[in-house]
Order: sequence, then structure tokens, then C-alpha cells
Amino acid sequence: MKIHLMNSVWIGNIDPFIRSFDISNEHILEITSHKKWVSVHPVVLCMISALGLFMREHGAKINFEKMEATSKHYFHRMGLFNLLNLDSEMKITPHESAGRFIPIQQIKNSEDLEGFIKEMIPLLHLEPNKVEPIKYIISELVRNVFEHSSSTNGAIVCAQYYKKSNTIRLGVVDTGVGIKDTLQIFYHPRDDLRAIALALTPGVTGTTRKLGGVSEMNAGAGLFFIKSLAKTSRDFFMIYSGKAMYKLLKNPKNKQIKLIADPLEDHYSSDNKLPYWKGTVVAIDLCLNETINFKELLTSIRKVYSEGKKKLIKERYRKPKFI
Amino acid sequence: MREIKIFNTTGSFAENKDKAREIRINFIIPSLEKKEKVILDFEGVDSATQSFIHALISDVIKQKGAGALNNIFFKNCNEIIRKLIEIVTVYMQDSV
Repeated sequence: MKIHLMNSVWIGNIDPFIRSFDISNEHILEITSHKKWVSVHPVVLCMISALGLFMREHGAKINFEKMEATSKHYFHRMGLFNLLNLDSEMKITPHESAGRFIPIQQIKNSEDLEGFIKEMIPLLHLEPNKVEPIKYIISELVRNVFEHSSSTNGAIVCAQYYKKSNTIRLGVVDTGVGIKDTLQIFYHPRDDLRAIALALTPGVTGTTRKLGGVSEMNAGAGLFFIKSLAKTSRDFFMIYSGKAMYKLLKNPKNKQIKLIADPLEDHYSSDNKLPYWKGTVVAIDLCLNETINFKELLTSIRKVYSEGKKKLIKERYRKPKFI
Repeated sequence: MREIKIFNTTGSFAENKDKAREIRINFIIPSLEKKEKVILDFEGVDSATQSFIHALISDVIKQKGAGALNNIFFKNCNEIIRKLIEIVTVYMQDSV
């Protein structure tokens, strides 16, 4: 497998990066990078880490070409080489971190997650009300990994705060069974894109047969909540699983925000013929300029969730055929 | 009337669904079965996830019907937790 870290990879322009994956050789992971400058979304670090751990677990070698880009220290600082147990060949004097980032973390169980959530808050140096949505997103996404992915390596998470745009960007990645597999038993999605769309629809969960129904531990609301947070802050949200990617595009500033239950009726882009990702990749940007009114958001979510579920159930109703 | 302080189990961010399940199985359901009323005290809990609230109460409503809510009291909930509880109780009653 070959991955090339391009000059710039953010959610908005991540498509060519994903399309460039060469998945032909399962026995070696070769990572190369742009020679001058590499600037990437945290989800990219999560993807490389998760893939490296997965491939090594399956006996593959990792060949990470020595980075030459001026920005190479960022990758070291975020813990990429450390997690993959690779020599970065960089000599860096450790110092107290003044940056606002959460280095790459592997979270394997509930206790890890609780500890991680407690420890990550001071790392971001943000006001408590701005941290709330971030804690919420990480908890829901990582617990999805525990409950649905069957990933032996748990969830790989990292985040970065960007002062200039006042935005948090974060990624949560696993190398488990992927969304289509999770929904296969009860929903039989015809392809990966349809599976992602189902997973984003309120009331769909892989843990119950009942359409629009709920199980003891799941209501099929987590991803819808997170997509709604991104939409409310007019930011990007992306899911890549199997051969498909769904990307919620930025809501234009002059357009009123309306939450929609069906993700395929939202302002989005998608691709259903990408190199196969075994597992699930989720990335989100969250601009903190306007504090999200969580209470109002919850009121809207309640309304849309309820309507969406009713619509979902209605779609399955069969009408009598009169001849 | 039996009361449990959620904070003692979850801390200020109630997100661990396994702990929610423990509270439900070891406290809420046995209390209701003994015909006792239950107080879930959220004092000190700043926020929660929908998944936590779901794991805490949805199966009670599913098993015992919406009438169970007559015997469960949610105390010291801030607005966010209140909204989350409303969301879960509404969709659960739509489902049963």
C-alpha cells in the first residue's frame, strides 16, 4: 500500500489524497511526502497511524520515507512516529507544550476514553463552553468504534486548534469492519455510500432490527447529532468507509440553517469509487467564533429526529395493491 | 423514595454508557420493581451525551412503559441535560 502526503490535505480538498492511495500491495505500507511543506488535517495523521498499526499487526512492513518538508516537526510532535514505533530521524528537544493540540492517541476501551477526555481539555486551552461540543463529539465517535467496529486497535484520535480561524479540527479513525458491514444484518445497504447515508439518518442503528427503533444502548442518533453540530457551525464533516466518502459541505453564511434528517438532501459531495478503507474515518471542523447554542440545537434535533424516524418508518409501509 | 447522585458515578461529563447501564440495572429498575420512586440527581454534572441518557432510561421506558416516568424524578438538571432527557423520553414514547 502506498500513501503520499501531499502539500495540503484538509477536509475540503481531501478527495485527491484519498484517490491517490495505492492499495495493491498488502505486505508493505510505503509512506512518502511532499518535499517542501506538508500541511494536513488531524484526520490524516489518524488515518496513517491506524493503517500503520493495522498493517503491522498483519505482518506488513512500514517504510516511512525520511521527511524533508520544513513542517516535518509537526508530525513528530503530534506523535506519529512514536505511535508507529518509527525513528523520525529528528532531534527535537522536548519542551512544555504551549500549542493547542491533542496528539495522536490510541483509545482501546472505556477507561482509556474517560481518561482521555479528562486530559485533553487542558491541552486545548479553551473556555469550558467551547470544549463541550468537542467532548461530546469525541465521546460519541469513539464509543461508536467500541460498539460497532470490532476493531482490534480501538480508535485513533487527534485534534488541533487553529487560532487564526478559531477552529478545532479533529479526526477519529478505526480499521474495523466498516459501516456497511455493521448495517448489513438489518438494513442490507446496497453499497458503502448508502450505508453511510443510513448511518447518518436518525433512528438507524446497527443493533436493532426494528426500523426507526432503539435498542438498550443505541438510538441511531449519535452521527446525526455530530453532523448537525458541523452544519450549525457551517463547517465540514466527512465520513469515509469502504469505497465511499460522504462530505457535508459548508453551509453558506447567507443561508439559513435547517437541519435535515436525510443526509442525501443536505448540501454534500460524495464518491463511491474510492480505494477501499477497511473501517471508518470521521473528520470534523468546528469553528468556535459563534458559540453553538447547544440548547437550541437540541430543540431542533429533537424535532428533526422525530420527523426523520417517522418518515423512515413510513417509507417501509407497503400499500395494498388493488387490481 | 430512593435517590442516586449521578456525579458520583460519572463525574462532571456523563458519557460512559456502561455506567449508565449499571445505574439503570442496579438502581433504577430494582427500585421501580419495589414500587419505590426514584430520584436521579444530576448535581455537579455539567453535560452528558444523548447516548448516556439513552442508556440510562430508554430501556426502563421500553420495559415498563411510559408510566415509569411518573416514578422517576430528574433533579438538578441544567438546560442541556434537561433537553437531552426530553429528547430521549419523546423518541422512546414514539417507539413503544
